[in-house]
Amino acid sequence: MGDNTVMKQQQTSQIAKRLKRRQMLQGLFFNLFRLATLINAAALLIVGYFVISRGAGSISWDFLTQPPSDSMTKGGIMPCIIGTFYLAAGALLFAMPIGVATAVYLHEYARRGRFLRMIRFGINSLAGVPSIVFGLFGLAFFCTVLNFGVSLLAGALTLGVMTLPVIIGATEEALKAVPDTYREASLGLGATKWQTIYRVVIPAAIPEILTGAILGLGRAAGETAPILFTAAVFFTPVLPTSLFDEVMALPYHIYALATEGRNIAVTGPLQYGTALVLIVLVCGMNLFAIIIRARLRRKLQE
Amino acid sequence: MKISRRQATDRSVQIFFLVVALVSITSLLLIGLFLFAEGLPVLKFTSLKDFLFGSLWYPTDDDPLFGILPLIAGSACVTLLSSIISVPLGIMTAIYIAEIAGKRTAEIVKPFVEILASLPSVVIGLFGLMVFGPFLQKVFNVPVGINLFNASLMLAFMAVPTICSISEDAIHSVPKSLREASLALGATKLETIFKIVLPAAASGIATAVILGMSRAIGETMVVLMVAGGAAIVPHSLFDPVRPMPASIASEMAEAPFRSTHYHALFAIGIVLFVFTLLFNLTADVLANRFQKKQLGG
Repeated sequence: MGDNTVMKQQQTSQIAKRLKRRQMLQGLFFNLFRLATLINAAALLIVGYFVISRGAGSISWDFLTQPPSDSMTKGGIMPCIIGTFYLAAGALLFAMPIGVATAVYLHEYARRGRFLRMIRFGINSLAGVPSIVFGLFGLAFFCTVLNFGVSLLAGALTLGVMTLPVIIGATEEALKAVPDTYREASLGLGATKWQTIYRVVIPAAIPEILTGAILGLGRAAGETAPILFTAAVFFTPVLPTSLFDEVMALPYHIYALATEGRNIAVTGPLQYGTALVLIVLVCGMNLFAIIIRARLRRKLQE
Repeated sequence: MKISRRQATDRSVQIFFLVVALVSITSLLLIGLFLFAEGLPVLKFTSLKDFLFGSLWYPTDDDPLFGILPLIAGSACVTLLSSIISVPLGIMTAIYIAEIAGKRTAEIVKPFVEILASLPSVVIGLFGLMVFGPFLQKVFNVPVGINLFNASLMLAFMAVPTICSISEDAIHSVPKSLREASLALGATKLETIFKIVLPAAASGIATAVILGMSRAIGETMVVLMVAGGAAIVPHSLFDPVRPMPASIASEMAEAPFRSTHYHALFAIGIVLFVFTLLFNLTADVLANRFQKKQLGG
């Protein structure tokens, strides 16, 4: 009898010990996961810190509104800001109608099957094509075959094709968030499918579709490789006046200053200044889109 | 009469949307077509074997050599090395966000990952070139700070958001009942994560890893600015390398239009395109299998 109790006590204490070890292991791993998350946040903060601390000094009204001068060692980046704006806006002008229509087809019309899978595979693969390959494509197709040359138009179209999957994905998410009851109510009142889509579904989804557009704009504005051979130049004394002009662009400007600029002591602050403007533009747009989206979601859930 | 006209409109609208939906896949086909049209002529000058497995890349010599093996090796090395960093980091962050963090913490952490994803690659390149390169040089006492290791680390942080967000989706779609069953049997939260949740989400996580690697192999600006640019097969972590995208980006400007060099650069584009397409195909197959399993379970 006495032995039995002792044995039981031993067993319980062993189990308790094991449980403790299991819990310690859990604590250890949870801290590891937490650490991984912190490393990512730290990476973002470190990059942000260096760009802001080294770039903030060169930001001034003149920097934002003047063209570069003295062979890129002084002056501002106004032509780059304008060029990037034109390129991103042009890309969106191309990608937005096609992307939204594609998403409407995928979400509202298409039925499950091999055809749908093929289209989806096409979109996913397009999203995975390396940015430099888009650049090659733009060079061979838009610049050479369509004879646009190195131009705003060729660059915007190249960026547009690249942005397409972003817009499609965001629009599909937007359409998914529209409750089916909206559609059923409209169809039940005798509206056709198309009437339902453009009078009910799209108006309900439009805020989130526009959020997707902002994401696309940010993506197009930040890319360098697709415009390397299709649109961008290191320096041009005039602002673009036609679609067939070459342009300066923020991301290309950073690259060119960093690799071609001979005098880093002089151009360093300019590089960081340009990088800061680009980050504020791109990350600002993204942050804006993320916040708006979270708000819209919460509203729809209520 | 009126009804049939409405139906006719409806029908034509549907066809219109279908045609537009084909634009993406048409673009993909056009990209392939133009790459091959401009890239294949290189085979008039060099054989496929010499092109893919030749170990000397001297495109501008009087007697030029177009062997892209060192470039492929450069791409393979940066991709593998960056995956060693980004895969554990991305998956662990996903586990933290999906399983451990409270709702409010997750809402703060997620935007961090999304902003990290949106950092323009040229800015990360600038950081690697101006800040991390000199740092490496000083700390490890190596002759050049822009090298295989630098590029891999910068690429890793570009791939983490991709890996993290797709893994997180996969973990989220594991049914709650599985977790509850495991916890009810007395497993700890950690045991539940390792033995139940991760196996159930495995193919989704595999998709995430492949797409992350695909991002790393195709990324251009970072490897153009911080990989060092030497077309050699690397022997150490701190050797400079010249991955395929860097070669295309830096040499296209100096390659005369439709010269052999120009065609060779397009041919490198084909290799990159085919690689990423294969990665995507694998990811697609895995993702579909994952979805089927979810529906079946």
